[in-house]
Amino acid sequence: MTRRQRRLFLIGTGVGVLAIAAALVLTALRDSIVFFNSPTDLVQKRVEPGTRIRLGGLVKTGSVIRGGNLGVRFAVTDGNKEIAVAYTGALPDLFREGQGVVAEGALDGAGLFRADTILAKHDENYMPKEVADALKRQGHWKDGYGAAAAGSAR
Amino acid sequence: MIAELGHYALVLALGLALVQAAVPFWGARNRDPVLMAVAGPTAIAQFAFVAAAFLALAWCHVSSDFSVLTVFENSHSAKPLIYKITGVWGNHEGSMLLWILMLALFGALVAGFGTNLPATLKSTALAVQAWIAAAFELFVLATSNPFARLAQPPLEGRDLNPILQDPGLAVHPPLLYLGYVGFSITFSFAAAALIEGRIDAAWARWVRPWALTAWIFLTLGIAMGSYWAYYTLGWGGWWFWDPVENASVLPWLAGTALLHSAVVMEKRDALKVWTILLAVLTFSLSLVGTFLVRSGVLTSVHTFANDPARGVFILAILVMFIGGSFALFAWRAPLLKQGGLFAPISREGALILNNLFLTTACATVFVGTLYPLALEALTGEKISVGAPFFNATFVPLFIPLLVAMSFGPLLAWKRSDLYGVAQRLLGALAVAVIGIAATFAVENGGPVVAPFGVGLALFVMTGALTDLMERTGLFRSSFGTVVRRAGGLPRSAWGTMIAHFGVGLTVLGIVGETQWGAERIASMRPGESVSIRHYDLTFDGVIPRPGPNYREFVGKFTVRRGGEVIGIMQPSRRVYPVRAMTTTQSALMTRGMSQLYLSLGDPDPDGRTVVRLYHKPLVLLIWLGAAVMVLGGAMSLSDRRLRVGAPRPARARAAAQPAE
Repeated sequence: MTRRQRRLFLIGTGVGVLAIAAALVLTALRDSIVFFNSPTDLVQKRVEPGTRIRLGGLVKTGSVIRGGNLGVRFAVTDGNKEIAVAYTGALPDLFREGQGVVAEGALDGAGLFRADTILAKHDENYMPKEVADALKRQGHWKDGYGAAAAGSAR
Repeated sequence: MIAELGHYALVLALGLALVQAAVPFWGARNRDPVLMAVAGPTAIAQFAFVAAAFLALAWCHVSSDFSVLTVFENSHSAKPLIYKITGVWGNHEGSMLLWILMLALFGALVAGFGTNLPATLKSTALAVQAWIAAAFELFVLATSNPFARLAQPPLEGRDLNPILQDPGLAVHPPLLYLGYVGFSITFSFAAAALIEGRIDAAWARWVRPWALTAWIFLTLGIAMGSYWAYYTLGWGGWWFWDPVENASVLPWLAGTALLHSAVVMEKRDALKVWTILLAVLTFSLSLVGTFLVRSGVLTSVHTFANDPARGVFILAILVMFIGGSFALFAWRAPLLKQGGLFAPISREGALILNNLFLTTACATVFVGTLYPLALEALTGEKISVGAPFFNATFVPLFIPLLVAMSFGPLLAWKRSDLYGVAQRLLGALAVAVIGIAATFAVENGGPVVAPFGVGLALFVMTGALTDLMERTGLFRSSFGTVVRRAGGLPRSAWGTMIAHFGVGLTVLGIVGETQWGAERIASMRPGESVSIRHYDLTFDGVIPRPGPNYREFVGKFTVRRGGEVIGIMQPSRRVYPVRAMTTTQSALMTRGMSQLYLSLGDPDPDGRTVVRLYHKPLVLLIWLGAAVMVLGGAMSLSDRRLRVGAPRPARARAAAQPAE
């Protein structure tokens, strides 16, 4: 091979690998990203049943019902709208009524949000950033949360 | 008083850093040996003052001086001594001080050990190192003073986040920082080479030990962090593709590429510009990681504070150093002469392939980590990019890299014969095929991916061994010859072999854990049993137990296999009253390389306890593999050729120096 051919070969390989990587990234970004929604977003955007999303808000006080076999139902609210959530499994350590929560899953045909993951908070003061922002948008941000979130994980 | 002394020491360190940033730099430009000689002593003195500041802060923590704000916020008089010490870096201010301590330490090490470096390169590199140090010392003093006092000292502190009260935290951040910050040296050397506009193969020989040192610590730090997350978070996951984890893996990928390209530069005088670029890139990614973790743009257990002023300050440092170094690169790189011709099928070619895949994988992780932030900043839309994205992009890019890894060390420099190498790898291929077939047979209808994963891991491991066999002539020569040859092999060759073998072990562990892991979640009353795989666990009940700064509820489980008792597992839940937090202490039972993992959930009102039970086959190999990689790195670092800095043969004094 001449010097020129060698260089072309190297550049060709490099461009090839980069093209494959770009294709992988673009496909994966289309298929595997998950959008975050508040209950209000979920109602307004009319999210299709079966679309995987993250739902964030506060666990409505008095809404948690523990069924048999680790099943649990609760409502997630942003003070404006609320969505019923069903989940089966162990709840994170700091799942509490009136506290922030992020659930990942999809709506079923009947408007029930079936979650397969409930995200844990790291400590008592921590409010997931998305939830804090969503609550602020809905005008339900209380000063108490503000103090807590500002000192996040302190 | 101690706190004020610490603060004062840090201010003096900043002053010294400014001297170190200016005087030797000026000296190197004017070839003034006196001004250049300032670099070494100031670097060591700067380290001494930062160390004094760090010790002062540690003293405030150990003596529970709650008049210091960071101590009040992160400590408690009843906290065990070890967590009082680790609590020093369990918060934003302290961890930034640790960051600076590492930075100054590396500067001092170059000053102390780099006796055989050309004076201009050494003084310019130390000056660049001091620019970074000055920027971060200014950051700490201006926005995150760890020594700030409270006007009215409270009687008791607010305790450290209980998740961080763990032996893993004692070592994870210092190791990780040694790795992150260690790459500052390669950055400083790259910047110095660009400023001088001159670079040769010797540069790679001077820089490679530092890159290797940083890489070793970064590997250890990432592995420790992964194991810590595995056993403290109670979910049994060892890698979450969390942005904070990605922030540490980005410099690791770039640093691994740098290590390999520096070999080409050292041996063949080629890839010079690329190696310089990688050195700049690796530390830039360390800075990006620091920004992501410390600025509060991400919310995670690592985020200690969201003070916007800090984020803006770190962003400014980031833009200054990354922008500045890339501008310098664009301006000066054309001056550097390229050398060393080679055919695509050669050791150089294989190492280029390695670099190509590593940097591309690094780029995909970078996109996945920063895309959600960019999208939110631009459109306000909130998304999460999780494990599915990284599995779909990172894994396909790593598989060809792993396959090529067995070929690389067997190829000759300059021009090689792929067919011949493939023939020598027939043994490894046979082992891999047997492994695939055996796994299929044993698994009997399990996941289809698993046997191929096992095959790949075996190919990587036996490929590494083939390299060793070829070099020692095992099975071809007499035993004595083999031993003599093995003893005569350079340690860097052993290092390569061991590190590549370690990669295979980690791959095997990952395949085992992800493909064959089992999970049970049950709600149990005392006396009930749950079974997973061949194990039956009987719940004997929960007993309370007091701790120093927490209350603990310990569950007792008897583990049986085939009816016989093989042990007792005692997971617990700890309640930390000061922060009203609960943590899960999982119980682990090791069986060979596999583990049973048990953690307790919330107790039900009706007396049931939620139990999470996992069987994790081969999971220990993930971290064992990392440990073997580190061993390989250390072996390579101890190679005499790497220890001597100069291109000429070793001087006796230099050879007697300890590993740098």
